Amino acid sequence: MPTSVKVKTLRIDGRDVSAREDQTILEVARENDIWIPTLCHLDGLSPVGACRLCLVEIKGSTKLLPACVTAVEEGMEVSTQTEGLESYRRMILELLFSERNHVCSICKSNGHCEMQTLAQRLGLTHIHFPYRYPSLPVDLSHELFGMDHNRCILCTRCVRVCAEIEGAHVWDVMGRGVDARIICDLNQPWGTSETCTSCGKCVHVCPTGALFERGRSASEMDKRPEFLPYLTLMRRAGGE
Amino acid sequence: MILPPEKQPMPSDDKRWRLVATAMRRHGYKSHGLIESLHSIQETFGYVSEDALKFTAKMLRVPLSQAYGVASFYHYFNLKPLGRHSCVVCRGTACHIKGSAQILSDLEQLFAVRVGETTEDGSLSLLSAQCLGACGIAPAVVLDGVVMGRAEAESIVHRVEEVVAA
Amino acid sequence: MIFEELGHIEEAELEAQSRFERRIHVCAAAGCLASGADAVKEALSGELQSTGLEERCQMVGVGCMGLCSRGPLVSIQPDNVLLAQVRAKDAKEVVGTLGKKPPKRLACPSDLPFFKRQLKVVLENMGRIDPERIEEYIAVGGYSALHKGLTEMTSQEVIDEVVKSGLRGRGGAGYPTGLKWSQLSKESSPIKYVVCNADEGDPGAFMDRSVLEGDPHRVLEGMILAGYATGATQGFIYVRAEYPLAIKRLNLAIKQASRLGLLGHNICGTPVSFGVEVRVGAGAFVCGEETALMASIEGGRGTPRPRPPFPTQSGIWGRPTMINNVETFANIPPIIRNGGKWLAEIGTEKSKGTKVFSLSGKVVNTGLIEVPMGITLREIIFEIGGGIPFGGKFKAVQTGGPSGGCVPDSGLDVPVDYESLSHLGTIMGSGGMVVMDDSASMVDVARFFLDFSRHESCGKCIPCRVGTVQMHGLLDKIAANRATSEDLAMLEELCDLVRKTSLCGLGQTAPTPVVSTLRHFREEYLSHLSGKA
Repeated sequence: MPTSVKVKTLRIDGRDVSAREDQTILEVARENDIWIPTLCHLDGLSPVGACRLCLVEIKGSTKLLPACVTAVEEGMEVSTQTEGLESYRRMILELLFSERNHVCSICKSNGHCEMQTLAQRLGLTHIHFPYRYPSLPVDLSHELFGMDHNRCILCTRCVRVCAEIEGAHVWDVMGRGVDARIICDLNQPWGTSETCTSCGKCVHVCPTGALFERGRSASEMDKRPEFLPYLTLMRRAGGE
Repeated sequence: MILPPEKQPMPSDDKRWRLVATAMRRHGYKSHGLIESLHSIQETFGYVSEDALKFTAKMLRVPLSQAYGVASFYHYFNLKPLGRHSCVVCRGTACHIKGSAQILSDLEQLFAVRVGETTEDGSLSLLSAQCLGACGIAPAVVLDGVVMGRAEAESIVHRVEEVVAA
Repeated sequence: MIFEELGHIEEAELEAQSRFERRIHVCAAAGCLASGADAVKEALSGELQSTGLEERCQMVGVGCMGLCSRGPLVSIQPDNVLLAQVRAKDAKEVVGTLGKKPPKRLACPSDLPFFKRQLKVVLENMGRIDPERIEEYIAVGGYSALHKGLTEMTSQEVIDEVVKSGLRGRGGAGYPTGLKWSQLSKESSPIKYVVCNADEGDPGAFMDRSVLEGDPHRVLEGMILAGYATGATQGFIYVRAEYPLAIKRLNLAIKQASRLGLLGHNICGTPVSFGVEVRVGAGAFVCGEETALMASIEGGRGTPRPRPPFPTQSGIWGRPTMINNVETFANIPPIIRNGGKWLAEIGTEKSKGTKVFSLSGKVVNTGLIEVPMGITLREIIFEIGGGIPFGGKFKAVQTGGPSGGCVPDSGLDVPVDYESLSHLGTIMGSGGMVVMDDSASMVDVARFFLDFSRHESCGKCIPCRVGTVQMHGLLDKIAANRATSEDLAMLEELCDLVRKTSLCGLGQTAPTPVVSTLRHFREEYLSHLSGKA
């Protein structure tokens, strides 16, 4: 670390903490064992601030700000667990559950799903928004992996890991709004992709059961995203 | 091996690809010329085909999925060919207040086509626009590129019928 | 060219014009063109030719004259005669009565409140000059502000005048323009960008389209001055593809200005350089949002990103970027010509100058108007607009498009300024103003805008992507008399969630049409409920 980096002190949930000036609120909170829920964020990938679960209150600001992209500032007073925030977080998760078809009991990621874990931790007991029940396809054309759009929450982790880490950019998002969907190459079956290297990184960063290894039954698909921080660390070491 | 843009083979012998390539060159074959290139493709061919997307992606060195993602994000781009005639009904606020929904549903019914789609015989594409900025003469309808203002459902439907039958 | 030559062009043009006894102005803006203005112009030219008057009478296609509901409009100068709803077959009669009393059925009194109650700053050249000829713009004083700015003022002095004028962003939010300019000027990056936001996507708004079609050089002049003041050397104009005529005239204007050396390297021999490129949008309302617009200029999907960093810190390709609206730039030349104090004398304490509105919907006179800030909505609708047609009763006026709300009768006497409109639960917005009579259902209006927002949501953040769809579903249910009071409570809960937690302005303001109609017309919602909770 260059010695010129300045240190900032701030307050999170009433605790005084110190941080490097280039850190985000989320990074500092995690270093200090303060839990902030996230779904689209993953260490090692560029932040997008899209899931809105990590919104926090900052004294003096009327707007809620995403902890994953907001840089620390001297004297900042951050609240991460107010009643208002918790209610917003539960509603956002509810919206996600209502958007597509998340049926945990038959999902390959049941028990290993980040969305499920978050719902439990936030005390989400039922969904009071009407379910949309869209009819979405499952792509089983790839010999090793599958993609179930019914479980996809459009967090774009797969898009980012493939473009930023693997360098293949097989995935992207098509359309917009509620009709947006993750696509492979020119919106074609995964198995016909000319760009996919079958590395499986997308599968293991996927927070839900949308991307999975074939041959797994319900509850069998545990994800191993640990490669990502390790890879990032190694690449940084290689660059120095 | 990836060929430089100047050496890329055209998707077909169609001379019109040169026009598209010229538009790409104007932006130095940079990825930020993607939307402008798609405009040029649509202007030239009437829609953005899969071949055109592949060609563009190669020329500008943009991943295929990104090219498709961009083309499908912007509703101005048609990813399927249009019918022989096109009718765009404005759905802006002023047009809505003045009855554009009626015009749309009348046309949908008469031509048995849903908005955003083309009739089975390929004679008419029925489209809608969020706002054409012609609010002063609402409701506005564009038939084969000609703006018609103060459109009344009955006369508009009649006019479209005439044009399609001709 | 050097700046002094502007004077020669002006003289030559004025002399050429003085060779004609009269000028016939035919509106060549999109509204009148759709009403057949092209055919009228052709017929009038033909008639002038066949009567041998073409040497004495000049035909000019001009920008929007405002009264679109009575187009095609023709004006005859210097007689100050205005003709409305002219058809090609009227050409003979029009030419036959030149210099005499105009045909009664066509004549439109120019002292109507529609014209008299307006104050034209941004629209000063509209209907007076041919937007396709730079000489005509120069002949009415065009580019003299640029001359003054670049030769007599430092860049800081230009910013100071803009600050003094009190001008606030005309795109809707009302951020002080001078402050934005000075923020960009303080950035030390060697590359900076100035962007003109002409992605006028609000349904019910056509101010920017009219300005670009009717006076494109004015916007360029404002942009070059912004470049000089802030140290940016490259500009982009992001126009929506739905405005082909505006795109054509802008490209023509850029070509003409470049040929005269008013754009490009070392503008008119000064050390200042500035270039402008047109970028055409492709049908995505969200691209009016600053960060989405920048993503689109970079050639990508127009999805917004969180701010900070603000565009003036990190914008297009990571470079400091300043985005102003068309009307904001159009205000700059008169501010530099007349001084910031001059503009600051118009309007109210916190909202200076004028505002252009597009008046449409259930009102007698629809079209383009410019009024001083502080005028009341009642004056706009009932005096300028001429009230509700067919003896209808006023119900509400919608301002600010999908981000704005509806103002009921009780709010009509409030002065039009940023703060007052926001107290009423709506926003100034970019200037769309849609009048509704008592046949309009407010639940339907809210549903109309939510339908718009759910289709225009980019889909990046969850509250906007799913929340707008759920809100629209609930409004459907209410409109169909199937909803309960619990549904209404859920709708209000969603309004709060989407407003507070969405990533960008589109999502944060998408609930406003619902919130505002609930505030002013709650009983209408209640009358739709099925009563059984």
